[in-house]
Amino acid sequence: MTGSHPVLTMTGISKSFPGVRALDGVDFRLFPGEVHALMGENGAGKSTLIKVLTGVYGVDRGTVALAGEQVSFTGPMQATAAGVSTVFQEVNLCTNLSVAENIFIGREPRRLGAVRWGEMRRRARALLTRLDLDIDVNAPLGSFSLAIQQMVAIARAIDIEARVLVLDEPTSSLDTGEVAQLFRVMRSLRDDGIAILFVTHFLDQVYRIADRITVLRNGQLVGEWTTGDLPQLSLVEKMIGKELDVLERLDEQPRRDVAATEGTPLLEARALGRRSAVAPFDLTVHAGEVVGLAGLLGSGRTEVARLLFGADRADHGSVRVDGSPTSLRTPVAAIARGIGFCSENRRAEGIVADLSVRENIVLAMQAARGWLRPIPRRRQDELVDRWVRALHIRPADPEIPVGNLSGGNQQKVLLARWLITEPRLLILDEPTRGIDIGAKTEIQRLVAQLSDGGTAVLFISAELEEVLRLSHRIAVMRDHELVTQLTNDQSVDADRIMQAIAAGAAHEGVPS
Amino acid sequence: MSTAQSRYRALTTHRLFWPVVVLVALVVANTVYRPGFLSVQVRDGHLYGSLIDILRLSAPLILVALGMTLVIATGGIDLSVGSLCAISGAVACLYISRQPDQNSMGGVLTALALGLAVALVLGAWNGVLVAVIGIQPIIATLILMVAGRGLAQLITEGQILTINSSPYKAIGVGHLLTLPLAIFIALAAALLIAAVTRRTALGLIVESVGGNARASRLAGIRSARITFLVYVISAACAAVAGFMMTANVSSADGNAAGLWVELDAILAVVIGGTSLAGGRFSLGGTILGALLIQTLTTTVYAMNISPQTSLLFKAVVVIAVCLIQAPGFRARFTRRRRVPAPAAAGADETRKEQVPA
Repeated sequence: MTGSHPVLTMTGISKSFPGVRALDGVDFRLFPGEVHALMGENGAGKSTLIKVLTGVYGVDRGTVALAGEQVSFTGPMQATAAGVSTVFQEVNLCTNLSVAENIFIGREPRRLGAVRWGEMRRRARALLTRLDLDIDVNAPLGSFSLAIQQMVAIARAIDIEARVLVLDEPTSSLDTGEVAQLFRVMRSLRDDGIAILFVTHFLDQVYRIADRITVLRNGQLVGEWTTGDLPQLSLVEKMIGKELDVLERLDEQPRRDVAATEGTPLLEARALGRRSAVAPFDLTVHAGEVVGLAGLLGSGRTEVARLLFGADRADHGSVRVDGSPTSLRTPVAAIARGIGFCSENRRAEGIVADLSVRENIVLAMQAARGWLRPIPRRRQDELVDRWVRALHIRPADPEIPVGNLSGGNQQKVLLARWLITEPRLLILDEPTRGIDIGAKTEIQRLVAQLSDGGTAVLFISAELEEVLRLSHRIAVMRDHELVTQLTNDQSVDADRIMQAIAAGAAHEGVPS
Repeated sequence: MSTAQSRYRALTTHRLFWPVVVLVALVVANTVYRPGFLSVQVRDGHLYGSLIDILRLSAPLILVALGMTLVIATGGIDLSVGSLCAISGAVACLYISRQPDQNSMGGVLTALALGLAVALVLGAWNGVLVAVIGIQPIIATLILMVAGRGLAQLITEGQILTINSSPYKAIGVGHLLTLPLAIFIALAAALLIAAVTRRTALGLIVESVGGNARASRLAGIRSARITFLVYVISAACAAVAGFMMTANVSSADGNAAGLWVELDAILAVVIGGTSLAGGRFSLGGTILGALLIQTLTTTVYAMNISPQTSLLFKAVVVIAVCLIQAPGFRARFTRRRRVPAPAAAGADETRKEQVPA
């Protein structure tokens, strides 16, 4: 154990937002001279914890102590002044200003109100030297690579007598060489006695740099380990958790039979990829097949879905639908070929909250017909009535704004939107996240029914049990790469997928 | 009793309740100040009176505001409508002034077609800037707002172009069935736009794009086309309004025609309950808003409020209407509430206002 006293202690932190318990009695501590990785999936509470620490949010319950003294910051400025500096995920600096200006913006060295430019440049150079960086401090920040910009952000953060440095996903936009450079800097800061809180989605990096690991899941503390005590596979288990709900078990269906995969595939992606989103991958989907896409959140699953739907444009590879080459450059093009997509981001990319349930359901069908050919009101009512009943959408009034519905019912409205268009391939990104168990089971049953009826489904979920139960085939994503594809027969279980997630391609060939 | 109460609640919380109250209050104030305000007389077979005047004078504003409603519903804004009024009016007047017989019906119709065509081209320009090139609407239309005045000046060669054409004049001051022709034109435009938006799926698509552009794109809506279209419609509305304005005075003034009408139109749309953020729109609300603003303008003149303070008076009333309409402002009087800053601020923003199901 570390002999010294923790520089930061957070005890029993709880924080709720309307409808969401973001943090529930979380303890966290940070020692001087360590790199401490904070791990967990999206929505586990990492960002909230950091925002509580840096004073962006207040807490509902719990205490934060810095070097033994209780503090309660009311804003990031105050936290920074007390020695807690943060570099956020998106570099929030001004690319049009010079490097020196960026480091000192808001706290320029002054004399009689006038900025002392010479002093500012000198101090900027000194700070960057500490980070092993020799660049022109007068050049505009935008003329440097993202890695350098990240370093400048760190320079800005450590200038203020920092005792705690928070790095929120600093590596997500860096390449391998740049990551190595950043890690060198982090090690040298650590050796200077600074406590570094490091958040990342990349598991490899944790094992390269972190001394200790704290894992959060669903707003709760799972535990704290020294890196050596927690093998990568256990870390993945801790992050995902194995919550086998009793209700789900009762309703569990037998494992799905393997679908017929002969004949021309419905969709065939060859080396499809997009820079800094997902590495080129091959993926084939046959009619009536459910392909599960497993992997941690942030591993590139959503990016795969978006490429296949044309929501993002691929800059690599090709796609065939029914064997003939095609390009899915826009959602309109994908929809024309019978593909539908429910985004994981229901509120921002799914529902139109002000419009009624009926209007939301007919939206995709209406868009495909064009505005000049409205769907007759009677036909709309027929379709909507049928699906509101079939999917048990509650309340069953199609004229209320969809924003007033619960998350699960909004999800069903989105499903109905695509189902009335009778898609041949439905891409579902986290369709069961954040919805109650009843709705979840209904949606799972619906996926099975669709598949039996010949519709192909690309099913994305963080819950392995769900993916295992529904999929004929499972593709595993890791660090923005599709690492392996498994036929979901008896040899495949949650452990096998977790291994693939944790270890990637290395385990692909392991016989079972 | 409880049904009466709930009906009362439904009435007072209706988004057009307060604009109607203010409009009625203005009419009452006018009547108290000038008892003849409500009277309508028949003269030469036409109806005359302050109320008729307000209807006739509000016609151009209604037209411009109707087009503006669709633009605002997509989350955009069109600042160029005032300049478009001036340009289309100037084009029509210029053509008529070049005719040997300014009273020929064919000449006037050609003039109208020309004015409308020019406005459509300029509306398409706005649409391309916003929908294709992706310039922010306020900037894209600001270009034409400023440059359009110059264009109108060029057309009239910097002069006030006077014409003497009775068919053209009729657009502004003519009568049909005892009522001013302008009222019928505005009414026809309103019905046409209502039919185009509500009988087709245009209204739904516009509201969807304005309500959530990202979700609309993923639902397969070609939002660029729709955005382009609303700017063209807005320009067409402005053109007809421009004909009315110039016909009213039988002259085209590149500087004065339609000056600041874009601001009145935006106000009318907002008072009518359409959010500047886009989404749900109400054509009826917009017409009500336009009537309210025109009544206010007429009131200012009728009460002999000195020109120095008239704009200020107008501003005070408009601020009052906007404040009592704002849910946040009204809520301040009922209960104090702290607005939390949730993790997904953008996504949760709308939720706060709504009753969770």
